[in-house]
Amino acid sequence: MVARPATVAPPHRRRRTGRIPVALLVPAALGLLFLVLPLVGLLVRTPWSTLPQRLAEPGVLTALRLSLQTATLATLLCLALGVPLAWLLARIEFPGRRVVRALVTVPLVLPPVVGGVALLLVFGRRGLLGGWLDSTFGITLPFTTTGVVLAEAFVAMPFLIIAVEGALRGADTRYEEAAATLGAGRWTTFTHVTLPLVAPGIAAGAVLCWARALGEFGATITFAGNFPGRTQTMPLAVYLALETDLESAIVLSLILLTVSVAILASLRDRWITSP
Amino acid sequence: MRARRFRTALAALTALAALGLTGCAGDADTASPQPGSSSPGVTGTITVFAAASLTESFTAIGKDFEAANPGAKVTFSFAGSSALATQINQGAPADVFASAAPANMKTVTDAGNGDGTPTTFVKNQLVIAVPKGNPNGVTGLTDLTKPDAKVALCAEQVPCGAAAKKALTAANVKLTPVTLEQDVKGALSKVKLGEVDAALVYRTDAKASTADVDGIEFPESAGAINDYPITVLKSAPNQAGAQAFVAYVLSDAGKSVLTQAGFQAP
Repeated sequence: MVARPATVAPPHRRRRTGRIPVALLVPAALGLLFLVLPLVGLLVRTPWSTLPQRLAEPGVLTALRLSLQTATLATLLCLALGVPLAWLLARIEFPGRRVVRALVTVPLVLPPVVGGVALLLVFGRRGLLGGWLDSTFGITLPFTTTGVVLAEAFVAMPFLIIAVEGALRGADTRYEEAAATLGAGRWTTFTHVTLPLVAPGIAAGAVLCWARALGEFGATITFAGNFPGRTQTMPLAVYLALETDLESAIVLSLILLTVSVAILASLRDRWITSP
Repeated sequence: MRARRFRTALAALTALAALGLTGCAGDADTASPQPGSSSPGVTGTITVFAAASLTESFTAIGKDFEAANPGAKVTFSFAGSSALATQINQGAPADVFASAAPANMKTVTDAGNGDGTPTTFVKNQLVIAVPKGNPNGVTGLTDLTKPDAKVALCAEQVPCGAAAKKALTAANVKLTPVTLEQDVKGALSKVKLGEVDAALVYRTDAKASTADVDGIEFPESAGAINDYPITVLKSAPNQAGAQAFVAYVLSDAGKSVLTQAGFQAP
C-alpha cells in the first residue's frame, strides 16, 4: 500500500535531502489515503445504472440550479465587499487592525450553524436589523433566496479576504508608488495598478469562495430554512435525501463532489503558491 | 542527547498510558459486566437512538433508569427518525431504537437489524405551535392559509412532516410553508425565535416548550396520529441492558413519564 520510496524519485534535480525519509512518507501516504478514501467510497457505492434517471429528477436540477445561482451571487457580494476589506487590511495601518483581521476570519472556524443563529438574531424578523427592515420596508430575509446568499457569503467571504490580502502583501508596492509619483490619484492607482497586479489572487480567492459557498449547509438551513426551489440548495437536498433514500443522497453528493473537484482542479497550484 | 531521547520516550509512554486508561474505561462501560456490581444484570452503557420528539421524556426516563440500575449508564442520540434509521443500517453501534413512525422502524427491521417484533409504546398527535400568547389569534388550520402567515412544517421525509401532510389532506387545507425543516425541533425553534407565526409540531414538543410557545389543538390531527415503535437492535453491544431499558419504557414508571409529557397510550 505504501508507495515505493526514494528509488523512483527523478534522477536529476535532486535536492540536498535526496532520499525521502520513511518517517515522513508513511504518514504522508496515510494522510492522502484518509482524505481520498471517503471520496472513493462515494464512487464505489454510486448506483451507476440508475444514475441518469436520478439526475433527471426535477428536484435535483432545481436544487443544483439554485446552488449554482446562490453561490455565484454570494461570490459577487464577497468580491464587492471583501476586496476593499482585504485592501484595507493589507495596505492601511490603523489601530486595532489585528483585531479586525481576527474578526474577519472568525467565520472560518465558527460552526456554520452558529453563524446561522447569529444571522437570525441580526437579520431575522425579530433581529436587530431585521425587525427594522421588516417594519420599515416590509423586507424579510429568512426563508428567502436572498437569505441563502447572505448565509453563504457570511461563511465564504473570509476565504476571499485571506487570498486577496495575501496577494496584496506579496505584490510589489513600487508600481503603486510609481503610479502615484506620475500623478495618478489613489482610486486610479487602485483600479489601474493594484487590481491588475493582484488579479490572479482575486481570481483564486473568488473560486475558493465560490466552492465554499456551494457546499454551505449549516448556516443556510438555520437562517434560510429549507424549501424546494427557493432555499433548498444541494447540500440541504443531500441531507433530506439521506432521510429516505441513501442512493439519492449518494447521487446528489456525487454531483456536488464533481463540481467542486472540477473547480479546484482548474485552480491548480495557484492558491497554494500565493503568499 | 540522551536526556532528550528519554524525555521523548517518557512523553510517548505518558500518552500511551493515557490512551490505554481511557480505552479501558470505555471498554468497561460498554462490554464487560462488572462482577462487583450489586445490581443484577443491568450494567454498562446502553446507547439509545430515539426520535427528536422523545428528547425530553427519554432523557427523564434515562435518569430514572440509571437511578434504578446503579451499574448502568444510558446515552442518547436524538435526531430525526429517518436519519437514525439510516445510521443504524449503516452500522452505527446502538442498542435500542425508538422511532416516531412505523415506516422508519420498518427500514431497520427490513434490513434485518431489529431483534424481535417492535412494540408500539406511545402515540403522538400534532398541534399548531404559535408564539406565547397567540398574538395572531390562531384557532385552526385555516388561519394558517392567510397570505401573510408564515408557517414552518417538517419535511415530508420525516415523521412529523408526513403526519402534517396527512392532517392537511384530511382537513382539505392547502398551505404553503416558508420552510420544511429536517426535524420537529427545527420547526419548533423557528416559532420560538419568532421567525414564523406557526408550525405544526407534536403536542409533546409544544408542551415541552410552554415557556415560549402555545399549542393549539385542531380536530384534524386525529386523522394523523403517529405510532411510536421501540425495539432492541440485533447488533446491540449491550443486549441485556437494551432489553432492560425497553422493558422500563414499557413499564408503568416509563409510561407515566411519557403521558405526563403529553403522549397518549397506544
